Amino acid sequence: MTAHIPAPMTAAESALMDAYAAQLGDLPGDGAVLSARDTLLSELKAAGLPTRRVEAWHYTDLRALLRTVPTYDATAFVQPVEPLTAGSAVLRVLGGHADASGAPEGLDVITYAQSLLDGSAAGDLAARGDEDAIGRLNGSFVRDGLEVSLAEDSVLAQPLELQIVQSAGQSHLRFPFTFGARSKATVIERHLSQGDTASLISSVSDLIIEDGADVTWILVQEQGASDTHLGQLNFELGADAQFRLFVINAGGKLVRQEVHGVVNGEGSDFKLRAVNLMGGESHTDLTFTLGHDVPNTTSTEIIRNVVFDRARGVFQGQIRVAQDAQKTDAKMACNTLLLSDDADFSAKPELEIFADDVQCGHGATVIDLNPTHLYYLQARGIPEKRARQMLVNAFVDEVVEELEDEAVVAALEGIIETWLDRHA
Amino acid sequence: MLEIKNLHARIAEDGTEIIRGLNLTVKAGEVAAIMGPNGSGKSTLSYILSGREDYEVTEGDILYNGESILELDASERAAKGIFLAFQYPVEIPGVATMQFLKVAMNEQRKYRGESELSTPDFMRRVKEAAAELKISPEMLKRPLNVGFSGGEKKRAEVLQMALLEPKLCVLDETDSGLDIDALKIVADGVNALRSPDRAVIVITHYQRLLDYIVPDTVHVLYKGQVIKSGPKELAHELEANGYADIIGAAA
Repeated sequence: MTAHIPAPMTAAESALMDAYAAQLGDLPGDGAVLSARDTLLSELKAAGLPTRRVEAWHYTDLRALLRTVPTYDATAFVQPVEPLTAGSAVLRVLGGHADASGAPEGLDVITYAQSLLDGSAAGDLAARGDEDAIGRLNGSFVRDGLEVSLAEDSVLAQPLELQIVQSAGQSHLRFPFTFGARSKATVIERHLSQGDTASLISSVSDLIIEDGADVTWILVQEQGASDTHLGQLNFELGADAQFRLFVINAGGKLVRQEVHGVVNGEGSDFKLRAVNLMGGESHTDLTFTLGHDVPNTTSTEIIRNVVFDRARGVFQGQIRVAQDAQKTDAKMACNTLLLSDDADFSAKPELEIFADDVQCGHGATVIDLNPTHLYYLQARGIPEKRARQMLVNAFVDEVVEELEDEAVVAALEGIIETWLDRHA
Repeated sequence: MLEIKNLHARIAEDGTEIIRGLNLTVKAGEVAAIMGPNGSGKSTLSYILSGREDYEVTEGDILYNGESILELDASERAAKGIFLAFQYPVEIPGVATMQFLKVAMNEQRKYRGESELSTPDFMRRVKEAAAELKISPEMLKRPLNVGFSGGEKKRAEVLQMALLEPKLCVLDETDSGLDIDALKIVADGVNALRSPDRAVIVITHYQRLLDYIVPDTVHVLYKGQVIKSGPKELAHELEANGYADIIGAAA
């Protein structure tokens, strides 16, 4: 009989354990919250950061990739910025501190720090399961965020921007959102970095989209070149509800964004559109799971990846169709533009279908820029660099243009162009 | 304006020699027709002039206004005023036609040290040129060449040519796939560009296009060489007798 000898802790794991001990008296929460935190941290300690042997983390070996953990810094200075689209209502989280003021009518907002302090958050902190390293890390350390609910039948005329800015240290945030029945809103979850200092950000958004609601959620991640961003978005979709989720990753050194959805109301529709822009030595992982649990629901996912330099990218997409979920229509496509010999992308689409009367499909493609297209643009006097940019842009813009709000489309196109200017 | 001297060129990928000692001179203000049977190297010549990287020049030179252009890439040649109207214009999904036109015009201006066009100025130019060629605003709203009919693509090529105002225009089988009405529109567009400081090379199989774009000189290309040059009447001779006599005489 051999005894299981745990691997020695990495520098990052030790730093996390030390950080917890150091912050213990200072983390907000009542007894129930603190006990939930203790449980999560001890789970994290026992399991360690996930390695490639953990299936959900096979292509993102967090234990190997997360080398150092910056120290928590409550005073790291950040400045608010203009919203992405003029006229948006803005709720800000600056340097880890949330401000609940500035909400438009129909929206009920409190800080998550308040929910931790009064203990109402205690029930939400448990991890999703054994492989939920982000949930454990976030739940152990979460200090703030925004808890928002949109009343039944309310319509937000302008997008709501969650402006989350970080310059250094660590930030662990939560955003529980409830969209009441038949409400309608566009939310922009915008992660920005200021300065070149490495930061560690974990951010968990929990969305409940009630019957007949119509929600567009745009997740814009523009962290700095040395930052680690661990994001998770969980959602539940009610009957006849519509949810469009748009993810754009255009920053960060080590990025994992998870999306976990459950479709549990008939007649609902979910759309995921993602643009992952990767360059330098970065590692970007988009992991998606979706459960169709009831009959007559539809979902489509289109993921467009652009990989430059020595960057590595990952897409894992899993669609589960429960035995009862007849007439499900689910389609997933992952298209990748590999622009360097050293660039790397792994795509892992999975379908688990237990119902017999469904339409499900997935596809993955990897391409280079079309040399004939490039030549044609150059033959009209467009220099190679600009021509390449135009073609890369064309590859991702098809997805962006699906968004209906022209101001939002223009803002996202601006982010993509700026990114390509720096990398192409 | 253009002087091609003893040009030898091959396909870069497999080394097949296509152009084998070609000589051709085209003066400013001249319209030169290049004719020849299939596989004689007509389209290859147009690609080489434009700077397509699939071909390698192994010998000889191409002088444009007295300077060799062999070291210039396609975008530099275009900015210097060389324009190729493609036989098969490329469809590029995701690139809006108007954006493409604006970037192309402004990049060429930038290369030449000129200021960028203002948006109203750009719009006015496109509107005017498009109306001449009977190109509808709806067509301009589509992605570049996507879903255009054969005739629409050729008109779009001539539109680009009119907007970019090149000095040396190379038309590669611009008549192919055109009905007679479209042919007239395209020919009118080309004729409108004829000027003493501009040269046009018309590559074609058929006399038909040359009834509308009347050339000053006609050159017969065969096996990668110009085997005969003459005045516009040479085209009528070819139409009547085919290439066999000339090829036989040259052999």
